[in-house]
Amino acid sequence: MALLEIRNVTRCFGDFTAVNNVNITIETGEFFTLLGPSGCGKTTLLRMIAGFDLPDSGQILLDGINILGIPPEKRPIHTVFQSYALFPHMTVAGNIAFPLKMAGKMPDEIKSRVKESLENVRLTNFADRFPHELSGGQKQRVAFARGLINHPRLLLLDEPLGALDAKLREEMQIELVNLQQEAGVTFVFVTHAQNEALALSHRIAVMNHGNVEQIDQPSKIYSFPRNRFVASFIGKTNMMDVQVLEATSSHLKLIVAGLGEITTPSKEGVQVGDSGTMIIRPEQVQIQPYSKEAEVKDHFRGIVHDYLYVGDVTTYIVELVNGIRIEALLPNSTPGRVKFFEVGDSVLITWRHDASTFLND
Amino acid sequence: MRVLFLMIKENTNGNRTAKWLMIGPPLLFLLIFFVVPSLIMIVTSLRYPGEFGGLAPIITPAGKVSDGYGLTLEAYQFLLSNSLYAEIFLKSFGVAAVTTLICLIMSYPLALLITRSEKRFRNLMVLLVVLPLASNFLVRIYAWMIILGPESPLSHLINTILSVLGVAPLTLLFSPFAVLVGMVYVHLPFMVLPLYTNLEKHDPVLLDAAQDLGATSWQRFWKVTWPLSLPGVFAGSALVFIPVLGMFAIPEMLGGTGDILIGNLIKDQFLGTRDWPFGSALSIILTLAVLSIAGLTAWFTRQSGGMKYAE
Ligand SMILES: Nc1ncnc2c1ncn2[C@@H]1O[C@H](COP(=O)(O)OP(=O)(O)OP(=O)(O)O)[C@@H](O)[C@H]1O
Ligand SMILES: [Mg+2]
Repeated sequence: MALLEIRNVTRCFGDFTAVNNVNITIETGEFFTLLGPSGCGKTTLLRMIAGFDLPDSGQILLDGINILGIPPEKRPIHTVFQSYALFPHMTVAGNIAFPLKMAGKMPDEIKSRVKESLENVRLTNFADRFPHELSGGQKQRVAFARGLINHPRLLLLDEPLGALDAKLREEMQIELVNLQQEAGVTFVFVTHAQNEALALSHRIAVMNHGNVEQIDQPSKIYSFPRNRFVASFIGKTNMMDVQVLEATSSHLKLIVAGLGEITTPSKEGVQVGDSGTMIIRPEQVQIQPYSKEAEVKDHFRGIVHDYLYVGDVTTYIVELVNGIRIEALLPNSTPGRVKFFEVGDSVLITWRHDASTFLND
Repeated sequence: MRVLFLMIKENTNGNRTAKWLMIGPPLLFLLIFFVVPSLIMIVTSLRYPGEFGGLAPIITPAGKVSDGYGLTLEAYQFLLSNSLYAEIFLKSFGVAAVTTLICLIMSYPLALLITRSEKRFRNLMVLLVVLPLASNFLVRIYAWMIILGPESPLSHLINTILSVLGVAPLTLLFSPFAVLVGMVYVHLPFMVLPLYTNLEKHDPVLLDAAQDLGATSWQRFWKVTWPLSLPGVFAGSALVFIPVLGMFAIPEMLGGTGDILIGNLIKDQFLGTRDWPFGSALSIILTLAVLSIAGLTAWFTRQSGGMKYAE
């Protein structure tokens, strides 16, 4: 049985629908991420799971039991808040011990478990410090330890890394995954950073305007986005407006205005004459110098319009004959090479059919 | 923030005038309104009272015996000679402590209520709390004399209930009860304001966190709200306790003959008995008591973390 089941949950504030008919099922031990732009309803959904807010309709089940009538303090669900919400008048040890004290554990047990927890987050030497005497990363670890110490069935994390700088953020991401594995606690993680979601999660629910757009593993979300929103929100992507010319069980033949025919893998429910979008990721686009002989089927001629060197890779922006700009990513792995093409170079681009996807409008 | 601090430090280090301009006025204020009067009082307490009030000269006038002139500890000896004075001191402390406690118990829920009300109502509610201060103190006490008087509806109501229960009727006015009512009424705003100022600063997410981690509403109050509010509790308590200790108008107007507090005693020495040295000695003891309470409060506030986590 699923650990957490969110069934047809809707939450409105006045006329505004913050969460719209959301269905999510989370399994025990999962690292599940809610990903979406600011204001898409992630926090609202999380607050309903924690019990601070109630859905207008729908159900939330934990271990198959409806928990909507249970107040937050009685739910075996803990939260790590974005602002950490550490108690300023308690030491690190006091903060971590808090959930155990509330649960009425014996002093001996509290002491030994706090000690163990402090070791887990490498804060043993900071046990007697107050929160304002800690760095951002240390506060963060206290918040994790406090959320995990009483073994909740579910740990909710609302953009816990949002306040950290990029380098620390990366370190904490690794730490977070380790902590989750050690504790064996199911995580529901909220972020609006797509790279963080891809790196950490077992599964991701992409949200937009209160709707869940797609729930899948990171690689599926990235490679097979279900719609334009998911495609553009996760990673960089090239898009072309296309029309379906031919639809068979093995492939689709599409026409791009001013460019010609392209082929993509087949997709259910697509009919001849449908219009939509063809998407292809920049790293799937191959780029080579132009030559007459190489200009064969599925190769498109263009001019290098611009490029962006970012160290490990260079992104070339190629303007095709119909005016569409396509981004192509080239790793700079050849020693000494930082640039393969100059602005104004004539090039050919191509991609494997199965790397591209057709999306209906 | 740090840069600003360093700039100020640098500035004051480098520029003595600026430093003195900053701390000078408060220092001058203290000197004129506290140190100088205190010194006058100390000297006064060490002199003999004059024949018809006031003070006897320090230097023995020509043709008089030196007895009754110069400096003496007589006032303090007199203070210690009669246990009545110690009792009055003790009673005053008791009244101040009880008043403070009642004010605290009444103010805390009110301050919490204001804090948790909608923002647009908060200022209005605070205004209502301080509004009584805008009317004259004596007028407000007279109002209580009427409310508690024998002919007031309140007295009638209480005595009717008592007579039904078979208990002898009570006079509310001119009793310790009336004094306490007046004390609490007058000083309530001074407890509400510091409490509200403190409670309003609490981050509400802390209560969410506590609840999320399993704390019931009772536990949330005692483990989070209360300890975080201690600086406000101490500040409010000091603002009530200290003036109540020296208060003479309320006991005089609302209390009976037996309800004399230090304030009344001191006032009598200057305006009634005209024993200035004894009045000064009483004042000095009172000032010392108040100062030590203020010091203790500051120390407690720091101990309880008022400074520790005030970022
Ligand atoms: N109590 C409330 N009353 C009215 N509107 C609200 C309330 N809480 C949230 N909203 C609205 O609901 C929408 C979703 O808010 P929510 O906080 O869930 O977004 P989010 O996805 O967490 O965004 P962010 O990434 O910025 O935290 C927002 O437009 C917000 O203004
Ligand atoms: Mg949010």
